[in-house]
Amino acid sequence: MTSPVLAVSDLRAYYRTSAFGVQREVRAVDDVSLAIQPGEIYGLAGESSSGKTTLIKTIANAIQPPLQVLAGSVLFDFAGQRFDIHALRPRELAAIRWKHLSYIMQGSMNVLNPVRRVRQTFVDFAFRHIGRPLPEFLDVVRQHLQRLHLEPQVLEAYPHQLSGGMRQRVTIALATVCRPQFIIADEPTTALDVVVQKGVLGMIHEVQRALGSSILFVTHDMAVHANLSDRLGIMYAGRIVEEGRTADVFRAPRHPYTTHLIGSLPHLGDAAPKQGLPGAPPNLADPPPGCRFHPRCPRASDLCRRDVPALETDASGHRVACFHPATESVAESIS
Amino acid sequence: MGRTLLDLLRFNRQFASGAALLLIVAAYACLSFFSPYAPNDTYVAPPDVPPDWTYLMGTTSRGQDLFWLLSFAIRNTLAFGLAVAVLSRLLALAIGLVAGYSGGLLDRALMSLNDTFIVIPLFPILVLFYFVMRDRMSWGLLALMMACLGWAYDARLIRSVAMSLRHREFTETGIFSGMSMRQILVEEHLPYVLPIVFSTTMNNINWSIGLEVTLSVLGFTDINTPTIGVLLYWANQHTALVSGIWWWIFFPVLLVVMTFIGLFLLAVSMNEYIDPRSRLGRRAP
Amino acid sequence: MSTALLEVDGVSRIYSRGSLLSRRQFAAVDRVSFGLDADRAEIFTVVGESGSGKTTLARMILGMVAPTAGAIRFKGRDVSHIRGRRARLDFMKEVQPVFQNPFEAFNPMKRVDRYLFATARRMAGLGETAAIADAADVALKSVGLSLAEVRGRFPHELSGGQLQRVAIARALISRPALLVADEPVSMIDASLRAAIVNLLRDLRDRLGVSIIYITHDLATAYYISDRLLIMRRGEAVETGEARAVLDRPQHPYSQLLKASVLPPDVPSEPGGRLRADPIIPQGASSHA
Ligand SMILES: Nc1ncnc2c1ncn2[C@@H]1O[C@H](COP(=O)(O)OP(=O)(O)OP(=O)(O)O)[C@@H](O)[C@H]1O
Ligand SMILES: Nc1ncnc2c1ncn2[C@@H]1O[C@H](COP(=O)(O)OP(=O)(O)OP(=O)(O)O)[C@@H](O)[C@H]1O
Ligand SMILES: [Mg+2]
Ligand SMILES: [Mg+2]
Repeated sequence: MTSPVLAVSDLRAYYRTSAFGVQREVRAVDDVSLAIQPGEIYGLAGESSSGKTTLIKTIANAIQPPLQVLAGSVLFDFAGQRFDIHALRPRELAAIRWKHLSYIMQGSMNVLNPVRRVRQTFVDFAFRHIGRPLPEFLDVVRQHLQRLHLEPQVLEAYPHQLSGGMRQRVTIALATVCRPQFIIADEPTTALDVVVQKGVLGMIHEVQRALGSSILFVTHDMAVHANLSDRLGIMYAGRIVEEGRTADVFRAPRHPYTTHLIGSLPHLGDAAPKQGLPGAPPNLADPPPGCRFHPRCPRASDLCRRDVPALETDASGHRVACFHPATESVAESIS
Repeated sequence: MGRTLLDLLRFNRQFASGAALLLIVAAYACLSFFSPYAPNDTYVAPPDVPPDWTYLMGTTSRGQDLFWLLSFAIRNTLAFGLAVAVLSRLLALAIGLVAGYSGGLLDRALMSLNDTFIVIPLFPILVLFYFVMRDRMSWGLLALMMACLGWAYDARLIRSVAMSLRHREFTETGIFSGMSMRQILVEEHLPYVLPIVFSTTMNNINWSIGLEVTLSVLGFTDINTPTIGVLLYWANQHTALVSGIWWWIFFPVLLVVMTFIGLFLLAVSMNEYIDPRSRLGRRAP
Repeated sequence: MSTALLEVDGVSRIYSRGSLLSRRQFAAVDRVSFGLDADRAEIFTVVGESGSGKTTLARMILGMVAPTAGAIRFKGRDVSHIRGRRARLDFMKEVQPVFQNPFEAFNPMKRVDRYLFATARRMAGLGETAAIADAADVALKSVGLSLAEVRGRFPHELSGGQLQRVAIARALISRPALLVADEPVSMIDASLRAAIVNLLRDLRDRLGVSIIYITHDLATAYYISDRLLIMRRGEAVETGEARAVLDRPQHPYSQLLKASVLPPDVPSEPGGRLRADPIIPQGASSHA
């Protein structure tokens, strides 16, 4: 087996703030481990505010106070070039960004500078890395925009003159134009209509297959995960609770949260609304003891209220953190 | 903001040296409060004594101890610069923010006023002003006049920022939360333009001090309030350079140059920090 | 005769784009008409191509952008003729927005709770601090948050979904008659999304709030909306009873839209559905 491009082990990252003398600790990422192979698309899903963006920020080393990494490591391996991203100096980090590693932030429409035309933003970020004369560079950019179904005119626009979806595609273009080996994308397609979204995902898939790059893809849209990702991790309250091949997670979810999530997916043509998960989402500043899902879990036992379940790997490589995981048949009857 | 200043002081050499220079000048200005003489006393010391241990900076031909006289002068000059800067900044903020926010007709009206102020020649106006006012001319009046002439450039800068803020969605959220225009300008938009205002203040102080010195040397101001310019005016009247009383010119000029350089260094280092492009580069995602 | 809550009467909005040399005019919204009834609250969904003018339409209804042609009337009054602070406030009390990008909807330098409190004070007319905090808390609870979680926090300290829910909560405080929600659930997971969609339905059924719901999520649109409008390049290509339209779309673009919805289950071949037919911006009808 090849060595993974990205190996995250026992990562723990908290937001530590003190306001008016009150210490507050938001445990947004707690003991997360995962590995991503070359050429793999890894999907990350989970409840809103479960720490997905935080996990991704620590992986991309876009850490700003009050976020602190307390433990664990993030190791990248680009064809033999290894580094621990948290040990890099700012200049070394800048050298690998965009070229090797690019990060599409959530709500990334606002990384675009409001007072600069889109063209200038492209020149600012990507020109150095492409290493061609300016007219040629702009041609490359225009061609690339075309693949995202954007007209070349958007280059001349200011961000506020573009629609939400156009801005989102501009940032995707910005992140992929240098053809990086590792793409981290946080909710990159939320503002796209289904037709364009399908096209953009197709483009990402195509670029990824052609270059053999790896993608870490966060989205709430499970349909996107189903159609794009090879493996899927599910986060709940700062932890990965389940991980496996996408098909396995969809067909036979084993963690009760995953089971609910898969079950609540709307299909076009459903006449009745699905129900939301009962109970309140956990407060990460004061998470419940034991398994963090137990207050909302139909299968909770005393054990769950006391101990934290470890993420166990089974024979097929499927990982689940639950004392009472569903067996295949149970999962099917619920979903 | 406080944090930022502290960081600048620690990590930016330009900023630190600028701040140090200004601190020296300011401390010297504060000495004037302990002066044994009143600012306008003359013939309290033997005239034309070169710098020595009793008279650190020598004395003038009018029998004044230059050391103490200069401390008054620099205090008045700094206060003048500051007054002009603060007044013109308030004008620039009010006009720039309102014009950028409201747009339309009001914006166009305010901006044509602005353009007028940008193109009118300052110097003749100020000289004219002096001839109209003559004896009623005072320090405060001049400051007010210069403030009215000095807001135009920055108002334009502030307006352009305010205009881009107007397009931001959070402004709309503010509006739909029922906030008044004043509230939106002061609470939502002001924080964005304050850094700009801060750095242009330095340039504005420099500009107003320079202009004041020029006007005073030529005698177009109230020559009874000692400022650096008025000091030089008197030195000129007594043909200090020709008669070899170099210290009467040298020390005032030295002090003004120190102030200029100090303010310039502050402005440059802050500009670098404020410029969105250099900041974007530093924090590139 | 029943009065109309909202009449959108043949509105267009022209923008120009490009640099000084190659300016080009185009209609972001092109002669769109529809109306909402005052007597019967409904959820009116707008779906369509990205960049087809949905947000522009919403901004015109909110009186933030003036139409180039046509008129929008709210309770009989032309929206772009509402002048003066009092009249604007009265209008905004009844028509509230939820903006598309939650990361942009709040000033990054300010705490988010101030918007909730300002709305409670100015729009709902509450005076006492306790009553204001209460109103904010009730609104936040209805979207699965609480004031304790939000109080004193800056926008960057909340997750995307949390911000989106705060934005919805803020709009609900003044009990509007019309809510213009621009992709309110785009950053929320399926389970919470179901809860919020149910909340919108509740608002309609119990409080009689009419909702203009802009979304890309056809599945939720299918089950909560009464009527549906499909837009493409500024034009309304198809409109009608939501389920009828989605069950049997007539226009080629509507058909393409429906066909492009990715079902949430794993395809037999990885990425298979993505490769199927690359979209062609021009001449989509030939594909349908
Ligand atoms: N700067 C910060 N300071 C304090 N708490 C923060 C900060 N940023 C995020 N949090 C908190 O950390 C938790 C996880 O946030 P995160 O943004 O990682 O969630 P997420 O899984 O990406 O959610 P979503 O899907 O809604 O974007 C949330 O409870 C959030 O309020
Ligand atoms: N202020 C403006 N100046 C120039 N063009 C604009 C302006 N605002 C919007 N546009 C253009 O109008 C068109 C419609 O934009 P709008 O934001 O209404 O689309 P949308 O349907 O909301 O798209 P999305 O689903 O991607 O958010 C786009 O082509 C956009 O570039
Ligand atoms: Mg997030
Ligand atoms: Mg939009």
